[in-house]
Formats: sequence, structure tokens, C-alpha cells
Amino acid sequence: MNALSSRIESTPLLKVDGLTKWYGHILGCRDVSFDMRAGEVLGIVGESGSGKTTLLNCVSGKLPPSAGSIQFETSRFGMSDIYAMSEPDRRRMQREDWGFVHQNPRDGLRMRVSGGANVAEPMMSLGGRHYGKMRQATIDWLERVEFDTGRIDDRPANFSGGMQQRIQVARNLIHGPKLVFMDEPTGGLDVSVQARLLDLLRELVRDLRLAVMIVTHDMAVARLMADRLMVMKSGQVVETGLTDQVLDDPQHPYTQILVSSVLQI
Amino acid sequence: MSVQTGSNNAPERYYNYAYLDEQTKRMIRRAILKALAIPGYQVPFGSREMPVPYGWGTGGIQLTAAIVGPDDVYKCIDQGADDTTNAVSIRQFFAKVADVETTEDTSEATIIQSRHRVPEKPLKAGQVMVLQVPQPEPLRFLEPRETETRAMHAYEEYGLQYVALYERVARVGRINAGAGHPVMVEERYLMSPSPIPAFDNPKLGFSEAIYLLGAGREKRIYAVPPYTRVRSLDFEDHPFAVQTWDENCALCGADDAYLDEVVLDDQGAKMYVCSDSHHCAERREAGHVGPMAGHQLAQAEKEPAQ
Repeated sequence: MNALSSRIESTPLLKVDGLTKWYGHILGCRDVSFDMRAGEVLGIVGESGSGKTTLLNCVSGKLPPSAGSIQFETSRFGMSDIYAMSEPDRRRMQREDWGFVHQNPRDGLRMRVSGGANVAEPMMSLGGRHYGKMRQATIDWLERVEFDTGRIDDRPANFSGGMQQRIQVARNLIHGPKLVFMDEPTGGLDVSVQARLLDLLRELVRDLRLAVMIVTHDMAVARLMADRLMVMKSGQVVETGLTDQVLDDPQHPYTQILVSSVLQI
Repeated sequence: MSVQTGSNNAPERYYNYAYLDEQTKRMIRRAILKALAIPGYQVPFGSREMPVPYGWGTGGIQLTAAIVGPDDVYKCIDQGADDTTNAVSIRQFFAKVADVETTEDTSEATIIQSRHRVPEKPLKAGQVMVLQVPQPEPLRFLEPRETETRAMHAYEEYGLQYVALYERVARVGRINAGAGHPVMVEERYLMSPSPIPAFDNPKLGFSEAIYLLGAGREKRIYAVPPYTRVRSLDFEDHPFAVQTWDENCALCGADDAYLDEVVLDDQGAKMYVCSDSHHCAERREAGHVGPMAGHQLAQAEKEPAQ
């Protein structure tokens, strides 16, 4: 508990208040409120269709919510409502301060350019114009995500799922974001690759003091990565708390079912 | 059907002078004016069906049709040559529908239409260079969504274009500018200069002449007005450079022109000749000789092109 509190800062980085999203008359998520601080990993768990991804998309600026506000501590403008910002400012803030790791690497990578160019892109988007320096930074980051640098100039289509996901992680961390969104980052991977990638992510998140909002339906991922958990069901948050507390002593009936239905070998 | 010439130009013919009707030409002129007012910005326009297939220069033909008048002198080149099929037929087209005088001489022409080359001879004030563009959007290869590329132009988010350059440097070790190397116009709009070779990119900047670029299939017109800053993109440690050749032109000995490689037989023999056929012929007339002067290729060019 002491280690946790020293790593996490006291002022909030992200404030979500009363977030609601309707798709016509169908509910995406309803009245979600939470704060995140720098260095904190927030896990969102729940079954398919419970509104996890809707929440993630709303918070990450991809999907304007029907009601509620999302405020973020931006580098340029300080604490501001992300949907009240002008579009160029919001896009710039997303490039500078955020990262987004998709479940399917094909959604997060440019498949027509090499892995190295994919990792270097955020630097160029932020004004990097020196090839040699960007190349070196790319190689450093590929080593950091334990990627074979000999294959830096291959296309992502020629990489395995685990390698693609490593490229995606490097691409989303190279520019030093404050907050990274992860949508099932280990979703489509086999368990041994999953375990190695999780280990790596955990290490990077701790080293870089990143705030991470991670959506997953895998309780093991939640246990390993998250400091805090939010359990969602039918678009509503039914339980929140420290990860160990929620998983070891679930209060809500749905959380109890969720925790007890994890397969044991 | 009889071919109409300047002599029987009845006033009513001027309704669809130069093939297009007046309303269409006016629409295209408006787009041209807007393009000139915002250098490098792609102006959408209502591209018409032309009597040639897309990809054969429909954008350039519509631009020429909108600006041409009976007093103009028209030159059309494909690659650098005046005598290739596409160039000859477009030139004949305008001779027929616009009663315009045609020429192969760069300095005589007031309108020069081209796809791949800008003539070697520097263009002067009063000349208009019309370029045919297959793909006006330089970011299209990396970003397939039009909505997204429009936003990127609007907000000047051009980092993505450098990804393409990064890729080239990673693969071949240099910027390796081939054709259609992207340029920044007045440090505001990113522009694809049609598939002209990078060799011709520097000619776009601070030119005396007007450059008009038209994409018929993609329905976009854009322009570089005279005396505009045009910068070819590059990296700090990999500066932009144009192509150079170890050889000189085999026919006229030019050492500063854009050269085409011509394969002569199946034994590996080849020669390099100026891609700008008129420039080469003019130099030969002025007495310049290259190592293979008098080759039959030089004879072929003397035949009338039309």
C-alpha cells in the first residue's frame, strides 16, 4: 500500500464525471465517474457487451458522449474538457499526451510501412526531422520491448501476433505519453506470449510512471496489471476498488460470479 | 464530318470553344482562381467526361480547355518528348477544337501541357505549365480516408508524410526521390507535384511561369503561382537531392539535362539521351555533339510529329 501511494501522485490526471453514452435508445454506458492519477493503472473488467469499450472510446476522445464531462491535465492547456477543445488542439493533445494500444495490432499499425517506420511515426508527427536520431530511438525502443532489431525494416504483416503487439506498444510509448489506453492488449495471443508481454508491459508502466486505462475481460491480466478495478455490467459500474480487494473479496453478485468463473488448472 | 478551321469560325461555335461548354469552363476557371489564391490547396471541381480515358490526361485537358484562347500557342509533351502518341493526339485535339497554333518550341509556347516533365529551358512570365495528375493526394498511400487527409491538410499535420521518407531512407539509405516527390508550398500546404521527376521539383519554386495541376478522375485542381516558395521534403541528415547521371546525352552532349536510358540491343548496349526531345534537337542544331551524334534516334526525331 505504501509503495502504491508513493508511485501515484495526488492531483488527478483525468477526471470523468457522469459519463453516459446512448446509441439511439440502446445504452452504451451510464453515469460513469472516476479519477485517474499519474502512474495509476485502472482496469475495466466485465463481460462482452457491458460497455467497457464504449467507455474507453468516449474517454479516449474517439466517441463524443451523450452526457457527462471528461477532463484531462494536458501539457499545453492544463486541466481541460477534451470535447470542449477545438479539433486541432484535441488531435494534437492526443498525439502528444496519449497512446492507444488496440486489441488487434492491424487497427493500430500502418500495415503498408515497415515496423521501424511505425515506431518512428509519433516522433515525426511531433516534428522529428532527423533520420539518424529517430532511427536510433526506434532501435532503442525495439530493444526495450524485446523485439529482434534485425527485422526492423520488415512489414508488420510478416510479424507474428506477439511481435506486432510489441511494435504497437513501442509505437505508443516512444513519444513519452502521460496516459495510455489499452483495449485487450493481450487478447489474441497464446498464453506464453501473453505472459511475456504482460510482464513487459508491467515493467514499462512502472518504469515510465504511466497512467494506464486497460480494458480486459481476462481476470489474470487485471490482477497482474491494474492497481484499481472497475467492474461493469449492462453499461453501469457495479463495483470499484483496489484490484486485490475486488478480486479477493467481491461484494456485488455479478463480481462474485465473474471471479468464481475464472478457470483453474 | 468536315474539320473546322479558323476560317469558318462562326460566332456560335464559341459556345463550346475548346470542347467544353461555357458554364463548365467558367466553373473550372473559378477553381483555378481559388487554387492560385491558396497555393498548394486542392480545390474540388466538377470534372467532366472527356473524349479520352481517365489516366490519359483528362485533368490537364480540362485545365487547358478552360484557359486556352485562339491567340495561344500550345505545346504538349509526354515524358519529355513532343512526338509520343499521347502528346500528339492531345495536341491535335486542341488544334481541332480550339483552332490554336501548336508548337514544339518551349520558348514559343504560351501553354505547355505535360505529365512527367517540365521542359529544360527555363519558363518565362506569361507561360502556363499545365500538369496532368493521377493522384493529387500525397498522403493517400499512408492514409486511405479522404476525411482524415482533409483534416490533416486543414490542421497542417504533415508528420505522416515523413513516414514515407523514413521508409525510403531505411530501404535505400538516401531520400531516393524518384517521381512525385512531395513538396511544401509556402510552408503551408503539402502538395504532390504530379509524377514529375524530383529533378524538376526545384523548377516549381520561384518560377516566372504559372503551374496548374489537374486531376480529372480525382476531381481536384491545384496550382503554384509565380514566385512561390516550394520546398521538397527531406530530413536534416538526408537532404533532398536531384538525380544525376555519370553519362552525358549521347546525341547532344548535354551534362545538365534529365536523361532517359535507351536500350539498343539484347547485348547490353544502351545510350542515354535527353528526355526533353526539343531541347536536345535545339542543342544539336546549335552545333553541340555527343559521343553518338548522328545515331538513327536523332534522325527519327526529324520526321514530322503530326
